[in-house]
Amino acid sequence: MADTGITALRSSPLAHLADRMRAAAVTGARGVTLRELPFLHMVNVRVDPSSAAAGRIETALGAPLPRRCGDTTASGPRTVLWLGPDEWLVLSRSDEAAASREALGQDPGSVVDVSANRTTLELSGPSARQVLEKGCPLDLHPRSFGPGRAVSTTVGPVAVLLWQTDDAPTYRLLPRSSFADYLGRWIVDAMSEFGGPEVL
Amino acid sequence: MLLITCPWCGPRDETEYHYGGQAHVPHPEAPSDLTDEQWAAYVFFRDNPKGPFAERWMHATGCRRWFNVLRDTATHEVLTTYRLDEPRPGGTR
Ligand SMILES: [Zn+2]
Repeated sequence: MADTGITALRSSPLAHLADRMRAAAVTGARGVTLRELPFLHMVNVRVDPSSAAAGRIETALGAPLPRRCGDTTASGPRTVLWLGPDEWLVLSRSDEAAASREALGQDPGSVVDVSANRTTLELSGPSARQVLEKGCPLDLHPRSFGPGRAVSTTVGPVAVLLWQTDDAPTYRLLPRSSFADYLGRWIVDAMSEFGGPEVL
Repeated sequence: MLLITCPWCGPRDETEYHYGGQAHVPHPEAPSDLTDEQWAAYVFFRDNPKGPFAERWMHATGCRRWFNVLRDTATHEVLTTYRLDEPRPGGTR
């Protein structure tokens, strides 16, 4: 579907690095790829998880609000990430803020479209975990992190939401838009060693 | 590097947190009634113990919540962490 109207005019935070990221791809047993998934919809939800409004929002989302750090829930192409004890980020392919806002009604809380706050980087391949381990203080080994886990942390000096989506492994990194350029270049640099033979 | 356990997110490196100074410093009930000396004592004067010290920390790159840490200022050992609505473990201050 061709973009029409105002969406045809927008540019993503990493559009200017698309070629650099594509050229950085490594294939084979040490493979790793990086790309931007621009313009995903993100809705920040804040509500008391024990309130009736939270229940209505869960019904509207078709998925429970995860109650623990690291947990995610999903309903079709929609994923709910835990941000805090009363705060979540709903990721989706289409604009869905209205349904949650309606579910909240006049009760205490907030539902805010924050799609422009962050962009999404997808890092995938057998070496993806090693690339992240160069600059992430968390234990990303499968014994403590895996598909369906998402946390706020840092990669390099950049604060990101880090979400693992499959066993490839594939990670999605969500930096704030103004930090995306630095993070994109940081990851491209971290990927470069995997293009050569392993140095033991 | 300190390893601090956020009450919500679990153990994370010190670099994920911001320091917020001494915990359990109550805001004056009637600030306009204070003398300059009393206001200065509230704003600027803090304990400086050698040993366990209750401090506020904020999980800046994580859940962004404030909480309290009981830390030994001599050894840097993090003795415990607790939420703002919980009393200091072991009492006092
Ligand atoms: Zn936390």
